[in-house]
Amino acid sequence: MPDDAEFDDIPGTTVFTAQRSRQGFALNQFCMSLMKPQNRELFKHDERSYLDGWPMSEEQKQAVLDRDYNAMLAVGGNIYFLAKIFATDGKSFVEAAASMTGMTVEQYTAMMVSGGRSPDGVRSIKEGR
Amino acid sequence: MARVTAGVTTSHVPAIGAALDLGKSGDDYWRPVFAGYEWSKKWIAEERPDVIVLVYNDHATAFSLEMIPTFAIGCAERFAVADEGFGPRPVPVVIGHPDLACHIAEKLILDEFDMTVINQMDVDHGLTVPMSLLFGQPDVWPVRVVPIAVNVVQYPPPTGNRCFLLGEAIARAVASYDEDLNVQVWGTGGMSHQLQGPRAGLINPVFDNAFLDDIVDNPSRLRAISHLEYLRESGSEGIEMVMWLIMRGALGEHVRVLHRFYHVPASNTAVGHLVLEVANPNEETLQ
Repeated sequence: MPDDAEFDDIPGTTVFTAQRSRQGFALNQFCMSLMKPQNRELFKHDERSYLDGWPMSEEQKQAVLDRDYNAMLAVGGNIYFLAKIFATDGKSFVEAAASMTGMTVEQYTAMMVSGGRSPDGVRSIKEGR
Repeated sequence: MARVTAGVTTSHVPAIGAALDLGKSGDDYWRPVFAGYEWSKKWIAEERPDVIVLVYNDHATAFSLEMIPTFAIGCAERFAVADEGFGPRPVPVVIGHPDLACHIAEKLILDEFDMTVINQMDVDHGLTVPMSLLFGQPDVWPVRVVPIAVNVVQYPPPTGNRCFLLGEAIARAVASYDEDLNVQVWGTGGMSHQLQGPRAGLINPVFDNAFLDDIVDNPSRLRAISHLEYLRESGSEGIEMVMWLIMRGALGEHVRVLHRFYHVPASNTAVGHLVLEVANPNEETLQ
């Protein structure tokens, strides 16, 4: 069974463990609420006030307001839950993924069309492969 | 007697459903993806299965973080199409087979697979995109579906080995059902992809093609792939491929490949698709 050190050895990757699920419970449940159209409208009307209705940390709320998906992952967000936020924004998985890599959507799409990101060099930090 | 006759594996990328729903399937980007399913659509129209045991994962749709069942089986009469944040897909309601599903659930639990039983559930793109790829855009789906939902959202998903063994148990359960039914088992998700973090966009065609090779006649290698290896080699979301092993376990020792397709990319994902039929080795010898 891998431990966190083995997960941390995979660069640029957050594994959604039971501990992260505890940390991100309120954040991810807020995301679930956006599956209802009336909640999407309330959120879009006043994001701050909608977020204040959830027992989330200030850090979690700010990450959502900033649409900083890497920051949301770091405070317990799971990508399938966070998808409800960018769906509410009318954005695609490609746009959200691109934002996490630091590439523009055009650069990221070009990388995918040319075969995607190679696993070479990003499998393991300590093994350098 | 009911019997498992064939298996299908396919990716279930949400953007594929969106492309179809928005009339973009003929675009330059999407045409090669849909072309890979043309043979399969003709095949399944001739096969006319009665029921599909459809193995997929829910993507934070029916299951929030309140409850996370590892293996769950849908026993309802029908499954509504979920609103995943942008309105439900314009596809028909999914019709279940409660009698067969309850039979399978009972047999599996007595066979020591501790299934969660679902009596009401909305289904998301994980289930409806494979249906669209194989059946197109009908007014009514031409088949009944027994959904098997597998947790691959919160670590750890079940092991590939456990999935394979569950597939074997599903085949036994189907074979003990009295009605004469043509049943297919589908394993969906994958192939390599990572949707999150700075490593997003990872694609590993070497890993994927070896998986497509070995799921046919060397599944024992795939049963032993560790979660860490999936994460490293196929991206954080590539681990969905454990679900393909449920399909493979259900088909028995010998299978014949009828169709194989691999394409990069669909959105962030490598698309893989196989159609396998159950082969009787004695029959092959006679031929």
